[in-house]
Amino acid sequence: MSILIYIILMAAVTYFIRMLPFTLIRREIKSRFIKSFLYYIPYSVLAAMTFPAIFYSTESILSAVIGTAVALVLAYKKKPLIIVAILAALTALVIELIFKMV
Amino acid sequence: MKMTFKKGLVHGLPICLGYLSVSFGFGITAVSSGLTPLEATIISASNLTSAGQVAGIGVIAGMGSYLEMILTQFIINLRYALMAISLSQRLDKSFSLKNRFLAAFGITDEIFAVSYAQEEKVTPKYMYGMIFVSWLGWTTGTLLGSLAGEVLPDIITGAMGIMLYAMFIAIIVPPAKESRNVLFAVSVSIALSLVFYYLLPFISSGFAVIICAVVSSLFGAILFPVKEEEK
Repeated sequence: MSILIYIILMAAVTYFIRMLPFTLIRREIKSRFIKSFLYYIPYSVLAAMTFPAIFYSTESILSAVIGTAVALVLAYKKKPLIIVAILAALTALVIELIFKMV
Repeated sequence: MKMTFKKGLVHGLPICLGYLSVSFGFGITAVSSGLTPLEATIISASNLTSAGQVAGIGVIAGMGSYLEMILTQFIINLRYALMAISLSQRLDKSFSLKNRFLAAFGITDEIFAVSYAQEEKVTPKYMYGMIFVSWLGWTTGTLLGSLAGEVLPDIITGAMGIMLYAMFIAIIVPPAKESRNVLFAVSVSIALSLVFYYLLPFISSGFAVIICAVVSSLFGAILFPVKEEEK
């Protein structure tokens, strides 16, 4: 398993998915089913990649879970991505530091 | 206003700033999965996609098969095919086949959305301007994030590991709040993902993400087909 081959495969597949329809297909997709399926894909992909991986994304599950809760609340309030990310990380850091001290 | 390279740059600037932050998180996550900053940066420079890359480093970290890598990228990035088809209806006459080959590389969710929303027909120069500045932000952010991941003390990078996932939450939650259909698809996907992680750990991460996404999106498409104006 070579890292270079992995990267070439990633880039090639991603490029061909964009390039083939962009150059070959000249008419709109009408199928409501296909459109709906592809509409849900990004959200369901991100959801599956985030949970439960986010709980193991910091040094301890406790700091990750509290950071996740902060991210969920801020996202619910429609805060910008970068604010959600920084405050979730800061929260996790504070929890880690408190744990180091006690 | 003409659809010039400069106009593309200007319209791409907000995308660039957004990409800087997301790819910074990607860089941190990539390095913590065992990649070098150079490898992470090459992935971003050659792929220009968020979800596909995150799944890709998961496959690499898990030493998955090449087939798993191909299928993962295919399913996760399949939505670009739909965007490419829609966008190709709105291209200017100056868009030659050569231009299509080049500009196809830069069809991302954001670049598609901004280009597609233009009143005028999309020119190659306009797309190149937008793709260039967005690509610069995406690649630079990855480099900075992966270097930060190597240089900063463990306790800080440990906490920063949550950033990318927190941004994913910030992408998912607002539409899930507005639309019960999205909330349904997302909930099914998370439930399946938990099952794979805790009950079927022998199934590798790439395949697990594919199955979660396909099954929940199929349920969504069958039970709650999207109305035209939602798309």
